[in-house]
Amino acid sequence: MAANFFSNKARAAAAAASSGSKQKPTDGKEEHAQQQPWVEKYRPKTLDDVAAQDHTTNVLQRTLQASNLPHMLFYGPPGTGKTSTILALAKSLFGPALYRSRILELNASDERGIAIVREKVKDFARVQLSHPTGVDKSYFEKYPCPPFKIIILDEADSMTQDAQSALRRTMETYSKITRFCLVCNYVTRIIEPLASRCSKFRFKPLDNSAAGDRLAQIAKLENLELEDGVVDKLIQCSDGDLRRAITYMQSGARLVGATGNSGRQDGGEDAEMTDASSQVITVRMVEEIAGVIPESVLDQLVQAMQPKKIGSSYEAVSKVTTDIVADGWSATQLLAQLYRRVVYNDAIPDIQKNKIVMVFSEMDKRLVDGADEHLSILDVALKISGILGGA
Amino acid sequence: MALLVDKLRPRSLEALSYHHELSARLKSLAQSGDFPHLLMYGPSGAGKKTRTIATLKELYGAGVEKIKIDARVYQTTSNRKLEFNIVSSVYHLEITPSDVGNYDRVVVQELLKEIAQTQQVDLSAKQRFKVVVINEADHLSRDAQAALRRTMEKYSPNLRLILLANSTSNIIAPIRSRTLLVRVAAPTEDQICSVLSAAGKREGWPEAPGLNKKIAKESGRNLRRALLMFEAIYAQSEKVTENTPIPPPDWEVLISITADEILAERSPARLLQVRARLYDLLTHCIPPTTILKTLTFKLIAKVDDALKPDVIKWSAFYEHRVTQGSKVIFHLEAFVAKFMRIYESYLMGMDF
Repeated sequence: MAANFFSNKARAAAAAASSGSKQKPTDGKEEHAQQQPWVEKYRPKTLDDVAAQDHTTNVLQRTLQASNLPHMLFYGPPGTGKTSTILALAKSLFGPALYRSRILELNASDERGIAIVREKVKDFARVQLSHPTGVDKSYFEKYPCPPFKIIILDEADSMTQDAQSALRRTMETYSKITRFCLVCNYVTRIIEPLASRCSKFRFKPLDNSAAGDRLAQIAKLENLELEDGVVDKLIQCSDGDLRRAITYMQSGARLVGATGNSGRQDGGEDAEMTDASSQVITVRMVEEIAGVIPESVLDQLVQAMQPKKIGSSYEAVSKVTTDIVADGWSATQLLAQLYRRVVYNDAIPDIQKNKIVMVFSEMDKRLVDGADEHLSILDVALKISGILGGA
Repeated sequence: MALLVDKLRPRSLEALSYHHELSARLKSLAQSGDFPHLLMYGPSGAGKKTRTIATLKELYGAGVEKIKIDARVYQTTSNRKLEFNIVSSVYHLEITPSDVGNYDRVVVQELLKEIAQTQQVDLSAKQRFKVVVINEADHLSRDAQAALRRTMEKYSPNLRLILLANSTSNIIAPIRSRTLLVRVAAPTEDQICSVLSAAGKREGWPEAPGLNKKIAKESGRNLRRALLMFEAIYAQSEKVTENTPIPPPDWEVLISITADEILAERSPARLLQVRARLYDLLTHCIPPTTILKTLTFKLIAKVDDALKPDVIKWSAFYEHRVTQGSKVIFHLEAFVAKFMRIYESYLMGMDF
């Protein structure tokens, strides 16, 4: 099974490499890199590159020197560098030559029912380590190559309970030659027996300065010009999710690149590229990409919600909400922005805020359950309006 | 004979008649050779699908219009066989995973991996990657969305996804952070009017600007609906003038009658009558959310302002229940009963 898996992977990689070279022998690789999302392109290569998770990287750095590793459980919100960290660690442990034979990476896109845990994972875990052949001594000086394999279970919180419990004994039995690394968003979804076998690492949301540095660094490498405040806006829109911020920035770069070359079409491929990088990304552009609702729309809604003589707010509110829905703004986004508006508004007394927050909580649950957006938004707006009116 | 909606569907990005800025952006994305994963969202009838097809054409040329329909069979882990239809051209595939309900994860995993692991065969193709269009992405189960996450990153050289959704609320955050969000707003009433008059001109129908305006208003900024209504009017009446009435759909008439009945009498006997009507609507495959929403807005128009927030509150409440529960009729009936009660107590001027 395991052998099959690897040969498949190797074959796919070989096929990719060969066809790439067939099409454009010289710049095949370059083109590939250009098409890669920046998220992949700028994925940290070593542990030192991982942004703003000092505690975790310090501990791992030490284990790297000691060449010993516990079972690990990484958890934290999306885009904080969990997968990047373990991949970087694995790379610096084993180096390119041994990486293939020592790492098994499984994620939610692979079938991961109990059968897979029993077969694939167990088979891989069971394989005895062979002495690496075909690498010279300098390789071992560069990479520690400790005598164990690593199984990375990415997005482990989407594994079934059964599959998780099937892992328990496997983890212990083969602990001499295999380490597990579970990566997940919600540690509560990992069953207790598994969690207790791992040392846990919490990844905190990135603070603004670290994320800002990283974004600025990438922008510099890509020759992007950013308007003042774009970095702040990116961070604000992405809520500490660095991946999202980078994706937004790349999208922005594509947009400005595009407007540049539609302006003058005489240039060749190279001219287009330089054109692309000379344009400036604006704050408004970032907002549009991130799907943030413009302040003016929110102003209208808040205005409509202000209590007049009771009852008459309905017409105004319903008109605004109908427009919001027709313009395709997402209800969750609206809820989040409206929430910020209302809660940080000092003009609203605390007792009313209490009630309003309850409304938000209820509505968020409904939206997650898939309730109709139009009715939900209308309901929220009317309820808030009622509360503001003191009803 | 094809319907107007299909016949006049714009085939290229230049032919799109509104949101020119968005079209320009899509065009430049398609030309840049660095095409991201897209998540198109917007209300229905705003032109998401049309834009997607036009974008595909921009990416690959006319080859994408030669489509065929495949039926594939997938096997779940519990050996259940699933039949699944795929619309595909040489360059792209179009799937609606919500067709297979709970098993969408299997399809997403198997199909996408299969595509992602094969290279583009046609060497003359403009792009190295294939595009997979996923319809109704907001109905994908959590599992299926989770399965998409890593696939999107890992196989990005060979595969691009275009997700179509009505709203981003049900798309999990990791997917949202991996895609470029494209909002397709519904056309404004003026834009609908101009589309209608252009369509009328092409068909050689007499023009009636007042009527166009009325249609645009009735359609609720849904272009597809507006075009269908437009065609229906011209098909039904010999001579079309400004004042030709717009025939509403049957179900809307029925709901309207139901609303009047509810308002006229509030009693258990009437509830029983309404129930028959609701059943009638449900058996004709009108989605319960649509029934509830239409009924609410019909009722709202006829009650006092003071009562409106309350009606909306309970409507939203029972709509949520409908999506949660398994038997729709309970919740629809409960809403009607609740409405009768608050209406009655409002009229009597007391709570009970």
